[in-house]
Amino acid sequence: MTTEPDGGVDPRDQLVEHLRPLRAFAISLTRNVSSADDLVQETILKAWSSIDKFQRGSNLQAWLFTILRNTYYSSLRKSRREVADPEGNFAATLSVKPAHDGRMAFTDFLRAFDALSDEHREVLILVGASGFTTEEAAAMMGVATGTVKSRASRARRRLSQLLGLAEGEGMFSGVDAVTEAVMARGSAAMG
Amino acid sequence: MQNQGSKAELDAQANQIKTQIEENLKRVYEAVLVEEVPDRFKQLLQQLKANEALK
Repeated sequence: MTTEPDGGVDPRDQLVEHLRPLRAFAISLTRNVSSADDLVQETILKAWSSIDKFQRGSNLQAWLFTILRNTYYSSLRKSRREVADPEGNFAATLSVKPAHDGRMAFTDFLRAFDALSDEHREVLILVGASGFTTEEAAAMMGVATGTVKSRASRARRRLSQLLGLAEGEGMFSGVDAVTEAVMARGSAAMG
Repeated sequence: MQNQGSKAELDAQANQIKTQIEENLKRVYEAVLVEEVPDRFKQLLQQLKANEALK
């Protein structure tokens, strides 16, 4: 470890500890292992060269995630999404045991997750799975906390629609969905 | 018909689905988190550090 004049540890020596979460975030975001690895590599290079911009004592992982997602979105803007590589498809690379207990099948879930927009995948992973707070996610995404919350809620709703759970179950809209379903049935009967 | 369940039953079902979504999201992330990171990244960091030492 390199010791800094002020006695602190060089954050560049700590980058190695964040490779796993960084790659997990990259794969969750791109859904493609080879694009994810390119993204992680670019993030490491950027982080290394601009380490002076990292505020000592703040959350290094959040800083790295911010670089990664900004790099991803700017490369998307440049290339406007090349044709997806079926060989690198994430779902195909995971060997997951199917659930036999009647719970949501993970492969179905992955397919639905893959179909979400990048922004929806991002918000669900940041606030739902990687353990960041809404405030941290908001800072990373460069938006207000309220935006994070509403985006996460829309993303969950979209996900449940894709999983075929949205209709008539009142899942996220409570009583209103039931009312709508009843109304729809009523008008069908009249029509 | 599921629509004929009481509000409490519907809420319980909704919570269950929400919990399952959260669990699956964690699985998506953690499935990769436990994987060994390719050597190229550690090598890259070593190389960057070595270059730095030459300066």
